[in-house]
Amino acid sequence: MVPVSYYVALSAILFSIGTLGVLIRRNAIVIFMSVELMLNSANLLFVAFSRLYDLEGQIFVFFVMTVAAAEVAVGLAMIVAVFRNKRSIDIDQISSMKG
Amino acid sequence: MLLSETTTSGFFNLVPWIIFFPVIGLLINLLIGKRLGERGIGTIASLASASAFVVSVLLAVSINGHHEAVVVQFADWINIGDLQIPWAFRVDTLSVTMMLVVSGVGTLIHIYAAGYMHYDVRYKGDPKSYRRFFIYLNLFIAAMMILISGDNYLMLFVGWEGVGLCSFLLIGFWFTKNTDGTEGTENALAAKKAFVVNRVGDFGFLMAMFLTFWAFGSLQFDAVFAQVDQVQEDVIIAITLFMLLGVAGKSAQIPLYVWLPDAMAGPTPVSALIHAATMVTAGVYLITRSFPLFSAAPEAQQIVALVGGATALFSATIAAAQFDIKKVLAYSTVSQLGFMVAAVGMGAYVAGMFHLVTHAFFKALLFLGSGSVILAVERGHHPLDNGHEDDQHGEEHHEPFDPQDMRNMGGLREKIPLTFWTYLMGVLALSGIPIWAGFFSKDEILTDALHENPTVYWLLVSAAFLTAFYMGRQVWLIFFGKARTHAAEKAVESPSSMTIPLIILAGLSVLGGLLNFPGVHTFTTWLEGTLGHDFAHATEFNFTVAGLSTFLAFTALFISWLLYGRNPIEVDQKDPLRRILGPVFSWMNNKWYVDELYAMIVIRPYQRLARFLAETVDWRFWHDWIHDSVIANGFRSLTRFLADPVDLGVIDGIANGLADFVQGSAARLRVIQTGYVRNYALSVLLGVVVILGYLITR
Repeated sequence: MVPVSYYVALSAILFSIGTLGVLIRRNAIVIFMSVELMLNSANLLFVAFSRLYDLEGQIFVFFVMTVAAAEVAVGLAMIVAVFRNKRSIDIDQISSMKG
Repeated sequence: MLLSETTTSGFFNLVPWIIFFPVIGLLINLLIGKRLGERGIGTIASLASASAFVVSVLLAVSINGHHEAVVVQFADWINIGDLQIPWAFRVDTLSVTMMLVVSGVGTLIHIYAAGYMHYDVRYKGDPKSYRRFFIYLNLFIAAMMILISGDNYLMLFVGWEGVGLCSFLLIGFWFTKNTDGTEGTENALAAKKAFVVNRVGDFGFLMAMFLTFWAFGSLQFDAVFAQVDQVQEDVIIAITLFMLLGVAGKSAQIPLYVWLPDAMAGPTPVSALIHAATMVTAGVYLITRSFPLFSAAPEAQQIVALVGGATALFSATIAAAQFDIKKVLAYSTVSQLGFMVAAVGMGAYVAGMFHLVTHAFFKALLFLGSGSVILAVERGHHPLDNGHEDDQHGEEHHEPFDPQDMRNMGGLREKIPLTFWTYLMGVLALSGIPIWAGFFSKDEILTDALHENPTVYWLLVSAAFLTAFYMGRQVWLIFFGKARTHAAEKAVESPSSMTIPLIILAGLSVLGGLLNFPGVHTFTTWLEGTLGHDFAHATEFNFTVAGLSTFLAFTALFISWLLYGRNPIEVDQKDPLRRILGPVFSWMNNKWYVDELYAMIVIRPYQRLARFLAETVDWRFWHDWIHDSVIANGFRSLTRFLADPVDLGVIDGIANGLADFVQGSAARLRVIQTGYVRNYALSVLLGVVVILGYLITR
């Protein structure tokens, strides 16, 4: 059986990649994907630890996946709306409300 | 008895009306007098006074037979701790006597003034003043009534000040004129003098009141007199002597008599009413009212009697050498007031009050008569009748002419017979010729003086001799001989509104002696109701005293005939008395230089002190130094200090520094806010890392 520490390390790596992605990429879709990556790194931890204790962690993962799906639906809709207006999904361009 | 009790008590409740009637009269004249015309104004004012007289008569009827004073409580006035002073009226025989005199003689003088002022306002060129005159006159009656009807010293003092005010207003009635009618300030100065001299007297009265309250704990007459036995005699002497100072001011006694002769600047009815018959007798009334105090202090009584006697003689000498008809009467009034004060000082309260009453009759008569004479001469000087007067008036005014100077008269007997005969009645009464009123009252004083105080007796006898002399001199100068001026030749008899009061007063001057006829003593019995039996003793008629004074009076009249009647003086002739007395006459004519003496020892040092205080202390020290230098400059430098370093430096520094700090830090912090979400996300990340790192490594 693979030790829990491996999962924790993998999850930390995935989370860091996601964070980096959010911070350094400009493409809105990539940022979205990075956010998903971070969510899923958390999911991985939930699942890994639920094996050690009880099933509550796995139930929580379902919730996270549901919320993530809703978020993707809203987020992509917004990105499509932005793209229609701006012909771009570069988030640095979306600054017309900046004072 | 019960029925009469109820009816009389009804009359007693009328007593406030002796004040209300004159006040109503003056209010009517004040509010609608302009529309009433002269006749209406005179009628209203006279009616107001006459109504007060009617009330006084009703009160006299009610009080007759009462042996106790009736106190009518009208309203609360002052209630402070122990000091409780109601507005109460005291009706007893003494106050009713005064009420009758004031309102009775006052009414006659009102009627007279209605005629007299008609001419006076025209000669003075200000007919609108007619209304003002009667307003003042009614105000005076009201104030005098307050004085004599008050049940405590403070009410008396209110009236005392009220009559003083009216006296001031009426002396200065023509306040833009000189005494001879030209434009100037003499009348105003005379009014001021009267007011200021009276203040000195009022100081005495106030001190007496303070002492009374301190010693007796009350100002109510009854309460004070009831405790006379329990208070130290020294205190009572102090009270009575301070009171004497007040009396000397109001009743014109040495040393404060100097205002009364100058008060003749007022119109003649004023001289008659205020400065002869009523107000100046307030002092005599005060002493009589306070008889338990004075009787408890024999030393003070001595002084009062001596002051009265000295005043009587001193002013009689001055009167003998005056040329102004009213000045003679003024000094005569001072002299007669001296008689009264001497009498009440000796404890002869009845005699003093008796003389007060008869003097009110004949001195009012003499003043009104002199007014009639003056008016007759003035009308002879520039005849004015019915409207055409003004243009003539202006022309004639250029030559100086004094209608009051007896040297400008002479031979008026035939021109103004009615005035002459009534005046003669007054002269005989004042001179003390038997059966005339003055004879009885003066003799009662002299008889009492002989028993009580021989010094005073001789002072008074000499004064009585001089009285007869100067009155005789006046009669010869005014009415006999030949007219010495054109004006005297053309003199016109006064209208009936003036002569009728003269006739009534002449009747009273003749018959006034019946009030207290020797042997009957009606007045003594009457005043017993107030003074009690001990102090209202009937003076027996003393034939020696009466004989001597009668002899002296006739001698004096004879001497005056020798000097002035046998060979009437001619125009510009020197006074025959001057030949006999030489320089002494000048001294008498100049009033023994008392005014100059006072100017030297009191007025000028006082003015110098006042000037020193005003110029040096007030102006240079307080204004220039304290105010300008110390306070103003100090304040200015303080404000400059507060403005420049404190306000501009510290306060503004704090405010500006705060603003600069906020501005600067904002400029630096603005850089952080890039607007890029990832920058914020990075900082969130770093924050989370730091917090977690701290939690882990803790």
